[in-house]
Amino acid sequence: MSSVHVSTMINGDEVDFVCRPDESLLDVLRDRLGMTGSKEGCGTGDCGACSVTLDGRLVCSCLVLGAEAGGHEIETIEGMADGEDLHPLQQKFLDHAALQCGICTPGFLIAAKNLLENNPNPTETEVRYWLAGNLCRCTGYDKIVRAVMDAAKDMRKGHRNAA
Amino acid sequence: MPLDSENKTIVPTEFKTVGTRPVRPDGMDKVTGRARFGADMSAPGMLVGAILRSPHAHARIRKIDTSKAEALAGVKAVITSKDLKAQPGCDMDILVNVMARGKALYDGHAVAAVAAVDMSVARKALKLIEIDYKVLPHVTDVDEAMKPDAPVLHKHIEHDYHQDMLETADHVKGKNEKTLPPGKRPSNIAGRYQFGHGDPKKGFREADVIVEHEFKTEATHQGYIEPHACLANVSSDGWAELWVCTQGHFMVRDTCASLLGLDVSRLRVTASEIGGGFGGKTTVFIEPVALALSRKAGRPVKVVMSRDEVFRATGPTSSASMKVRIGAKRDGTFTAAEAILKYQGGAFPGSPVEMGAMTAFACYDLKDVKIVGYDVVTNRPKQAAYRAPGAPMSAFAVEGCVGELAEKLGMDAIDIRLKNAAKEGTVSSYGPTFGPVGLVETLEAAKKHKNYKVKLGKNQGRGVASGFWFNFAGQTCTTINLNIDGTLGLAVGTPDIGGSRASMCLMAAEELGIPYDQVRTIIADTSSLGYNDVTDGSRVTFASGLATIYATRDLKAKLCARAATIWGIPEEAVDWENGAARPAGANAGNFDPLTLADLAEQAAATGGPVAGHYEVNADGAGPSFATHVVDVEVDPETGATEVLRYLVVQDAGKAVHPSYVEGQFQGGAVQGIGWVLNEEYIYGEDGRLQNPGFLDYRIPVCSDVPMIDTVIVEVPNPGHPYGVRGVGETSIVPPLAAVANAVSAAMGVRATTLPMSPPKILAALNNKMRQAAD
Repeated sequence: MSSVHVSTMINGDEVDFVCRPDESLLDVLRDRLGMTGSKEGCGTGDCGACSVTLDGRLVCSCLVLGAEAGGHEIETIEGMADGEDLHPLQQKFLDHAALQCGICTPGFLIAAKNLLENNPNPTETEVRYWLAGNLCRCTGYDKIVRAVMDAAKDMRKGHRNAA
Repeated sequence: MPLDSENKTIVPTEFKTVGTRPVRPDGMDKVTGRARFGADMSAPGMLVGAILRSPHAHARIRKIDTSKAEALAGVKAVITSKDLKAQPGCDMDILVNVMARGKALYDGHAVAAVAAVDMSVARKALKLIEIDYKVLPHVTDVDEAMKPDAPVLHKHIEHDYHQDMLETADHVKGKNEKTLPPGKRPSNIAGRYQFGHGDPKKGFREADVIVEHEFKTEATHQGYIEPHACLANVSSDGWAELWVCTQGHFMVRDTCASLLGLDVSRLRVTASEIGGGFGGKTTVFIEPVALALSRKAGRPVKVVMSRDEVFRATGPTSSASMKVRIGAKRDGTFTAAEAILKYQGGAFPGSPVEMGAMTAFACYDLKDVKIVGYDVVTNRPKQAAYRAPGAPMSAFAVEGCVGELAEKLGMDAIDIRLKNAAKEGTVSSYGPTFGPVGLVETLEAAKKHKNYKVKLGKNQGRGVASGFWFNFAGQTCTTINLNIDGTLGLAVGTPDIGGSRASMCLMAAEELGIPYDQVRTIIADTSSLGYNDVTDGSRVTFASGLATIYATRDLKAKLCARAATIWGIPEEAVDWENGAARPAGANAGNFDPLTLADLAEQAAATGGPVAGHYEVNADGAGPSFATHVVDVEVDPETGATEVLRYLVVQDAGKAVHPSYVEGQFQGGAVQGIGWVLNEEYIYGEDGRLQNPGFLDYRIPVCSDVPMIDTVIVEVPNPGHPYGVRGVGETSIVPPLAAVANAVSAAMGVRATTLPMSPPKILAALNNKMRQAAD
């Protein structure tokens, strides 16, 4: 099976890679580019652990082909902090103890960031439905929801623009 | 679902650091994607391993031909059970579970494996392995499996049906046991356990009211988000390394060495970050396979399970079939209790029925009580521990009967439990006498909580249930090293799943009187620390915490000795106080305190490195009790259940990091909600699992649940220097019963079969309407 050459932007950087036509974007990120922050929990788009954004749209990277990423902009967990400055969501997840084992955390953070970019003032119910594609088995979701609501509140005060 | 709940701790503490809520030390890596989990490691020249699994529930393997797979370009090794020879003293059940030999015992049982240059080649190779199966009759239901004429999985497991007492002989229904020949015969009944005391027959004669029900629960999976993963590297001179997500890397080392015939000292195992376990990562599945592939290929081999493999071939918990009977006086005093529990262990003996039997009535002070448990094998994956293994199912049955007794006697659901609650001095139903325990405190706190006072509406119901878990202790070993700058490195041997590194840092800092962030806790590999038992049994904060405290005290004594050397005074004349060595009283002399940094600076001149150690086979784990209160609304049109509010009250002994104690409470409650309302292993008539994925095996998602209110009760455990009890497991014991009691109250029909999924609720409501019409 011949490989495909792909040019893309990942977390603001120009990235070229080659992959097989049947390789998922998640496999490319993890196995070819060494970006293992996105996790594979199911491989079928049911758990959200591999969440990334593609041109600003929240997707499961296990359901996107690596070859499809050509010409598009991808954001992953590795690009969420600005140098040493954590994104408010990352800081709130730490402050609220919103992670236990931590395997789902990158996916939740990407999904929550995408939520706040689309809806800076979500209700608890809106948070719950937006994050319903991300499975967490440890926390019971309580502290995750609190962290997202708290981050949204701070971000509305202008601590850092969501967009 | 309003965001108005609050989490609080009842008992004030006298600690400075313990009981605070600092950011966990591994948090930064986990929110930035830098943390390395099982599948995140790679090695130069690495191959990928893949496993071929049986498509049959029960089949004789007549022949395996791997020649075509071996000939495929890119394939570097193919193994079958021939490459995993039985070693003297190894656990044959684990060996056979890792790779089938002779028979495939369940859908998903591993039969062969390949190592190839990439996954594409590996998958092609698996398709080229030819296996000649003779499909055999199978059994996946626990009641069916107990019948004398059921398909038998293992000829060496025998049972004498005549030995069963009459009241426990439900498994021979439909076939008169007296017609069976006497003596033992091959059977799927692998074990029988009995606990209790007194004379239940007498106790039931004294009862004014007796409640009796039969209950069934389906198997559920631990559902950790991280599939099993490992990277094995066996060198040609026999030294081996393994990187693995596990709850116990010492267990992995010893088990793998035993299965593969390796010297234990030649296998070094490093625990990766672990993406959940809940008991399901307390054994081995792919690790021996990866090591065997690496040994054969001469290259590192990474094996990562797919989600389908996780469901089909790793431990769900047992399904259970139970009968419970409780008698009570009119004032609510229990006079007698009996239970018969039948748990399936999957394809091998070892269901947690013994613990289910021990915990069934542990919440209550009973004079006359008897519990009988049966361990049964079926054509399902070998069950693995799942959070308080065995206890949630028996609690579901017992607490269901307690709830119904309260209704029949017109008593408050908490009052009836308070009247019978186990307390200090109670002889437990499984034998030991309880020391200080906090069940009464949890019940009283639950009764006072605002959730218990909310008025319910139409189609709504409230459920209450209590639960118990022993908590474990076990072999534990830690080392704390003073660094050159006065900070500390703490090495523990128990993988951190839910935040234990933060707890260890807190306890070490508390002992030394220093800031939390001056201690860094790492999980040492198996070559760097003495043996540690697995992170299970809610033992880590208790046992590793205890070892951390005593290792730190050992360090403090040595630091005082160093200060004494510097000051030229006796060791006894030095105290450690508020982060520094100080002269003990006026007679010791007048010296400025020496901090950790001061002592570290002078370490070389005063005897070299300073470290504290502690090794122990700990005991003294204190049991933990919990009481849960839940309100639900059942939609009579769809059969869907909405959880309106949920309260967890549990005794933590001492909450070292309250946020993570609350997290354990909340996580356990939501897992329980999934178990009671939705999650189940569904088998087809062919014995194959029908729902091996997160789409069809649906664990609760964020929009399924409300905020989970928590109250931490602190009744100190005298077996721990800080009073700590384990908390991780008790929180999943009451939810099945609590939610089922709430659903029962909302429906007006007793829920006895889990999960209470919408079709079952609709059927129960329709049945109720039919009966009312008749």
